[in-house]
Amino acid sequence: MTQTTAIPISVDEQPWILPNKGIVGMWCLIAAEAAIFMIFVVAYVYYLGKSLSGPTPAQVLELPILGTICLLSSSLTVHAAVAALRKGTVRRCTLALAATVVLGSAFLLTTAKEWHHLIYEIGLTIRTNLFGTTYFSLVGLHATHVIVGLLLLTAALLFSLSGRVTEHHAERLEVLSLYWHFVDAVWVVVFLVVYVIGR
Amino acid sequence: MATSTTALEAIDVTDPSAHPPGPGLVYQWLTTVDHKKIGLMYIVYALLFLVVAGVQAMLMRIQLAVPNNHFVSPQTFNRLFTMHGTTMIFFVAVPVLFGFGNYLIPLMIGARDMAFPRLNAFSFWLSAFGGVLLYLSYFAGSGLYGAGSAPDVGWFAYAPLTSKVFSPGHSTDYWTLAVLLSGIGTTGTAVNIVATAFCMRCKGMTLMRMPLLVWLYTVASCMVFVVVSPLSAAQIMLCLDRYLGSHFFDTQAGGSAVLWMHFFWIFGHPEVYILILPTFAFINEIVPVFSRKAIFGYPAMVAASVGIGFVSLSVWAHHMFTVGMGPAGNTFFVFATMVVSVPTGIKMFNWLATIWGGKVIYSVPMLFSVGFLFQFLVAGLTGIMLSAAPFDWQLSASYFVVAHFHYVIVGGIMFSLFAAFYYWYPKMTGRMMSERLGKWHFWLFVIGFHLTFDFMHIPGLLGMPRRIYTYEAGRGWELWNFIVGIGAIVQGVATLIFVYNLVHSYFRGKEAGPDPWDAWTLEWATTSPPPGYNFAIQPTATSARPLWDLKHPEDQDSSYE
Repeated sequence: MTQTTAIPISVDEQPWILPNKGIVGMWCLIAAEAAIFMIFVVAYVYYLGKSLSGPTPAQVLELPILGTICLLSSSLTVHAAVAALRKGTVRRCTLALAATVVLGSAFLLTTAKEWHHLIYEIGLTIRTNLFGTTYFSLVGLHATHVIVGLLLLTAALLFSLSGRVTEHHAERLEVLSLYWHFVDAVWVVVFLVVYVIGR
Repeated sequence: MATSTTALEAIDVTDPSAHPPGPGLVYQWLTTVDHKKIGLMYIVYALLFLVVAGVQAMLMRIQLAVPNNHFVSPQTFNRLFTMHGTTMIFFVAVPVLFGFGNYLIPLMIGARDMAFPRLNAFSFWLSAFGGVLLYLSYFAGSGLYGAGSAPDVGWFAYAPLTSKVFSPGHSTDYWTLAVLLSGIGTTGTAVNIVATAFCMRCKGMTLMRMPLLVWLYTVASCMVFVVVSPLSAAQIMLCLDRYLGSHFFDTQAGGSAVLWMHFFWIFGHPEVYILILPTFAFINEIVPVFSRKAIFGYPAMVAASVGIGFVSLSVWAHHMFTVGMGPAGNTFFVFATMVVSVPTGIKMFNWLATIWGGKVIYSVPMLFSVGFLFQFLVAGLTGIMLSAAPFDWQLSASYFVVAHFHYVIVGGIMFSLFAAFYYWYPKMTGRMMSERLGKWHFWLFVIGFHLTFDFMHIPGLLGMPRRIYTYEAGRGWELWNFIVGIGAIVQGVATLIFVYNLVHSYFRGKEAGPDPWDAWTLEWATTSPPPGYNFAIQPTATSARPLWDLKHPEDQDSSYE
């Protein structure tokens, strides 16, 4: 035996750490969803001002300030929920989750109110013109994602109310919070495209 | 070749998954979340659709073999090419490639299963249901009042032909929903593959030690996220148009037909790369083993794959040169398309360098791989011809284009798939496929392939448009179409030999043993077929060729890393 072979190569002692599969999976899903939204946004922008008849966005749309504030602040509360769970304070986590569900539902209510106004008072539907087609499908697609997120968040809230959520579930809740952050980020894009640039 | 290696001593050969008889077996397969069973179901399901879509191709070739033929009606012909294209892409190529991926990826990275086994089963059944739905259109396509008909809008389903006015009945709805389901299933599996590759690797298997197959599947799956989703979005829009009366692709209300083309080809072209990358992956595994050399330029191969992934996202509008995009758009897409051939060329040279100086063994998998290398090169060259916009203006929607993409899909993807079948069949079933029948299959298929697709270029150059159901005599197309038809029959016979070989070898094939090819990746370190848990002892990777290291302790790859 020479001196060189005696050098210990301690491969086994190095920790073998791989990323969390839930988080990687959620990022993949977010990439796929982002591509879907991208296509709907492209269609919206492409058809801006191409409607053959009225009404136009400038005539009927108003800035949804209240809904936007609710949705964006729900991102903060869901973040607080994950942070609280990591520290093991389940009570604070439950409160933050409840706040998230309330804020998300408030956003959905403002969208519902807007749609009711457009459909029943203005008479703008998905069949009216290209603006109606692209507006209802883009905002509707986002609202669908909000509904899915709210269902998942409500499930998490019910679990934590029944006392089944512990510190060990922090990573799972983080996966859900990633999705919710994504839904909020999409709203920023929708808000800019539909209500700021498109108007 | 070595039948027993030091790696195999660690294998627990007691297999607890004894097959229950009768209904229990069916229940086991219907409810399974095991990646190997799901992979096999994907492959069998794709083979069934391959036979169906192959018969459709035969019917079209019979119709076109002689001029002024009335073997099928124009309406039937439209349905045939629509169903052939849709089936081959969505229900043959995608599932068979994902089937192999499902089966091989966890084994190659030394994992117990995919990252999300239940999502895996869900994705499979969703795709399978999509295929069944597409074929239900034959019975229910025109709703309650007709005898039923299949979609006839082409596999690209250009607007405004797909609108309710021009395509009444439900046949187009069947097409939309089937493709949407397949798209969601594909996305689910892609999520699974990426998560598996990143999060399930066995100890020591760093990213740069991952088998190239896993790398290429990961790149293809990442492409699925940004490529299949636009198609799903466009299908949702088409559904809204057809069911709720919206106007996305309604030209009467200001909607744009060109927008559909963009959305479709944003999916359609990168989809070719999603299909070809896994077949590159097979070649990456097979060529080194049968050349008895390690792959040449592993990092360059990884970089080239990622490069193809990125560049291929910006080439879609070369399908649309005849639309009139203007000089700026045309120039961009001409150059982007030509740039793709650079990373592809890197791969080609690396495979040649792997073979160079190796002790090449011409078993059937290697024969098909060599066929792949040659034919994919030719297909790439006609691709570069078509990427030049003026050339494309002349030949777009002619048989030259049909010949080009069939050269890619049959000459490239199919050949590499056949190589994969012969190479991994022993692992999946425990038995070897017959070499003699395999060689018959190879040579007949090569002859049939070249008869069909070499000569198909010529009527294209002579101006024969695609999608026509018949043609007049005296245009100089008769001879070529006749030869093409003969070639199709030869390919059909070769495929029958292949199917016979698959079935026959399952019962009568030679016992394969765990490692019949003396290969170097981890799937050969367990029994054939592998037990439900894959590995009794979790393997450790010391280099990119873990089995080489175990078989050759005196000359390990890890000492060169």
